[in-house]
Amino acid sequence: MNRFAELLDRLAYEPGRNNKIKLLVGYFRETEDPDRGYALAALTGALSFKHAKPGLIRDLITERTDPVLFGYAYDYVGDLSETVALMWPKAIGASHNESLLGYPSPHPSPARGEGAQPSCSPHDDNEVTDVGEGPTGGQAPSPLAGEGWGEGFRGRDVSDDLLSRNDRDLRTHNNPPPPTLADVVTTLRTLGKAELPAQLARWLDELDETGRWALLKLVTGAMRIGISARLAKTAAAALGTKDPHEIELMWPGLSPPYLDLFAWLEGRGDKPVNSDPTPFRPVMLAHAIEDADFANLDAADFSAEWKWDGIRVQAVSGRDARGHIQARLYSRTGEDITGSFPDLVPSLHLPGAIDGELLVLRDGRVQTFNVLQQRLNRKVVSPKLIKEFPIHLRAYDLLGDDANDLRELPFTERRAHLEAFVARLNDPRIDLSPTVAFASWEELAAARADPKSAGAGDDADAVEGVMLKRRDAPYLPGRPKGPWWKWKRDPHIIDAVLMYAQRGHGKRSSYYSDYTFGVWTRGEAGDELVPVGKAYFGFTDEELLQIDRFVRRNTTEKFGPVRHVVHEPDQGLVLEVAFEGLQRSPRHKSGIAMRFPRISRLRWDKPPREADRLETLERLLISMTAN
Amino acid sequence: MAIHQSTDFFRRWMRGSSPRVMAKHRGSSAYIGPMRPQDILMPVPAGLCCKPGGFHIDPVRPVERALITHGHSDHARPGHGAVLATQETLDMMRLRYGENFAGSTQAVAYGEEIRLGDVTVTFHPAGHVLGSAQISVTCKDTRIVASGDYKDARDPTCAPFELVPCDVFITEATFGLPVFRHGDAAGEVNKLLASAKLFPERAHLVGAYSLGKAQRVIALLREAGYDAPIYLHGAMEKITYYYQERGIALGELRPARGMKKAELAGTITLAPPSATADVWTRRFPDPVTAFASGWMRVRARARQGGVELPLVISDHADWDGLTATIAATGAGEIWVTHGQEDALVHWCKSKGLAARPLDLVGYGDEDEGETAALTGEGEAQPVGEAQPVGETKKP
Repeated sequence: MNRFAELLDRLAYEPGRNNKIKLLVGYFRETEDPDRGYALAALTGALSFKHAKPGLIRDLITERTDPVLFGYAYDYVGDLSETVALMWPKAIGASHNESLLGYPSPHPSPARGEGAQPSCSPHDDNEVTDVGEGPTGGQAPSPLAGEGWGEGFRGRDVSDDLLSRNDRDLRTHNNPPPPTLADVVTTLRTLGKAELPAQLARWLDELDETGRWALLKLVTGAMRIGISARLAKTAAAALGTKDPHEIELMWPGLSPPYLDLFAWLEGRGDKPVNSDPTPFRPVMLAHAIEDADFANLDAADFSAEWKWDGIRVQAVSGRDARGHIQARLYSRTGEDITGSFPDLVPSLHLPGAIDGELLVLRDGRVQTFNVLQQRLNRKVVSPKLIKEFPIHLRAYDLLGDDANDLRELPFTERRAHLEAFVARLNDPRIDLSPTVAFASWEELAAARADPKSAGAGDDADAVEGVMLKRRDAPYLPGRPKGPWWKWKRDPHIIDAVLMYAQRGHGKRSSYYSDYTFGVWTRGEAGDELVPVGKAYFGFTDEELLQIDRFVRRNTTEKFGPVRHVVHEPDQGLVLEVAFEGLQRSPRHKSGIAMRFPRISRLRWDKPPREADRLETLERLLISMTAN
Repeated sequence: MAIHQSTDFFRRWMRGSSPRVMAKHRGSSAYIGPMRPQDILMPVPAGLCCKPGGFHIDPVRPVERALITHGHSDHARPGHGAVLATQETLDMMRLRYGENFAGSTQAVAYGEEIRLGDVTVTFHPAGHVLGSAQISVTCKDTRIVASGDYKDARDPTCAPFELVPCDVFITEATFGLPVFRHGDAAGEVNKLLASAKLFPERAHLVGAYSLGKAQRVIALLREAGYDAPIYLHGAMEKITYYYQERGIALGELRPARGMKKAELAGTITLAPPSATADVWTRRFPDPVTAFASGWMRVRARARQGGVELPLVISDHADWDGLTATIAATGAGEIWVTHGQEDALVHWCKSKGLAARPLDLVGYGDEDEGETAALTGEGEAQPVGEAQPVGETKKP
């Protein structure tokens, strides 16, 4: 566990991709089976412990610390594992908590008038006793006083990061040595729900801060240390100088601790084969296209289709050992969501793997995302729900046809396979996502601006743009730059004035990164700004620094984490805000709420008096409703 | 604003002979019954105001009379009529703002009692940086200690924190969350030395705040037995040499300026945090970026700044230090200034202490700037600059 914790800790601070791979390869080389396999599983998200939920860890820490303080700390750190690792109290005994730092409990009223010393140096060991008893007027010393004053000023823990391993072992000689990674994983897998909290607490007592952090990362499965599953697999491939794509293809058939994989990578065994009849295949994602990108792209190289406002899914069917068809539906991250859509399973009656969009269709018409949402994250799917929200799969790619892996084929060939496959399925719940014909980027821009007359017809409302796919591109996992692009419809844009700023959370907690902005309207005393929305992304890191600096220098008032920022006709910051739509909202003073607002530009050049007015938004809302 | 008052103004004020102070005092003392703490010290937009004493503590706007706890720019601002502070704090203000930073100045020694209007003030070591002080204000039977910034951890470059029992303790809360446990700074310095040993071909750049932190890191390096010359960014020189003048042993120091790249391999250089992400670093061979700050305790903070070697070394008390100190003062009422006020106020209340946040605007920003600067804020502001609240400045 210590070795794994050290790896995670170093990875967390290493910015360079190549150095990260080096660290990982070094770990895989030096660490024996099965520990390294479990590490790979942890880094690729392949481990999950059904009883170990973040809630359990919260319970453990709330039993040991003040829940309110924990709340503040968690809000600040932004990471449950790290918060708990840092706050975890020393394991000296159940009675030892942070309120007993070696001081007797404070008196509500000072004892100065009772003849205590006017002042004394807490650092002078000779005066320790005097200091300890001074303010409290001769109370019996705390049983933990030796922990506190004896070491200097207080009973703080100077141990974890400072003592050598030997010292630490001496200190905790009654405890078993820290567990290995394999110990932790196998114990977690076999342990019942009731025994888990005590076991976790024991480990947390045994480990140092880094160890605790790594353990909690592992247990909750949320690493978030800047290592993608892809990078971990790339490092594993580098151990055997293999192509990471090979690992990617065989991955669904592998399971921790990957003894066969490491044997193959080290030249000690055969290449593992995939035995899962319905494996998830890592999905291919698109980059958002910028205006400047078109100059380097030839329209003839690309095929276009509508970008549907639904849920990306992978529908996989295959024959199990007995030859029966099994079907599973995966989310884009590989989560099995079959249970939520039992009504789609009978339609997946031919072996193959479809990449497509999950939609709700009523009378052949695609419904909006809001309607689709009624079907998401349901534990119980009632017949009524199935009837009212009929689910539909709109297919746009075919990754496998029967036992054949089609991912290495160019898009046009996969498309041909897909068309044939959907025809053979011949099922009303599954159809093809039509391609959009275009000869030039101008033509495609026109289609994107008006999907209704460019073929989408009545489904145009569910179109959120177009997808561009290179005709010759294979299906590559991840988000490779170049083969696939998404070109969303233009957002609406207004100029608004920054009014209030609030600090962000987690890694943004030192920055004022949440912005409330307003537009002008006529008030009782002339023009005034009325808030119309809040945005906390859209800007670059550099722009964040600039806004943060502006906020700090132009704060007029402070209310807890919120700062009032100067917003006068001639003083203030104008933000160009992009948004997807408007709705009436009685909850907002302006009566209007924005959908998906984000900061698209900083208008340092524009005085606040020239920002937009509420009337502009009102007009826009009316024209949107009319459509 | 009283920039041009005579230099002996402070003296007259101290004797209570200033007609204006007396007049003010008579006006404000028309009360019956015991003195409430807020009658002695009150937060106002300019800072903490002591009406019966006729002064402000660490004012963020120019005032007639200022008592300054320490030399950091968010506490020590220029333009006051008269300034009372320790000799070191006055010297640092002079280094930073020039000779005419205040109308008049008066140096005070630790423990020296000074009568101002109706109150008695004493300065006590705060253990924060050289010359830093807690200011104790006593009026009748009530003593309030405004501790400024402080730490209870050992620091070879300044007088150790002195515990001053009091009725009301005004504490900072920079690291007022139980996740901030700084550990021993010597251990962090050993991490730096281990890395320097591991990468003899690379230069080590240690981002550290110019006033206090840098000198403490240097002193700790010397204590750990590192006796090679230590290099300084230009912005560090003046203040570091001042520390040496005051008798703080820092060993051989050299300016990094003018060194050849190859000569800097295997060396340690101290630089303001903003400089470690600057083009300035290009003069160093494959530098390892370290950063000495209490914020380094939280991984995301270290990561977002591109810090490769986080060193948890802080000028401020950590959570255990804050809570232990608050308890030890015996104060029944705690006022919490800048930082994570909410958590500390909550802790105080849970221990049966009356506590409230002061919501003072303008403190702590310099420290936060340390981290913000890391992510590429280009301006290398060696000793920070006072930014009056409300001033508009287009980048």
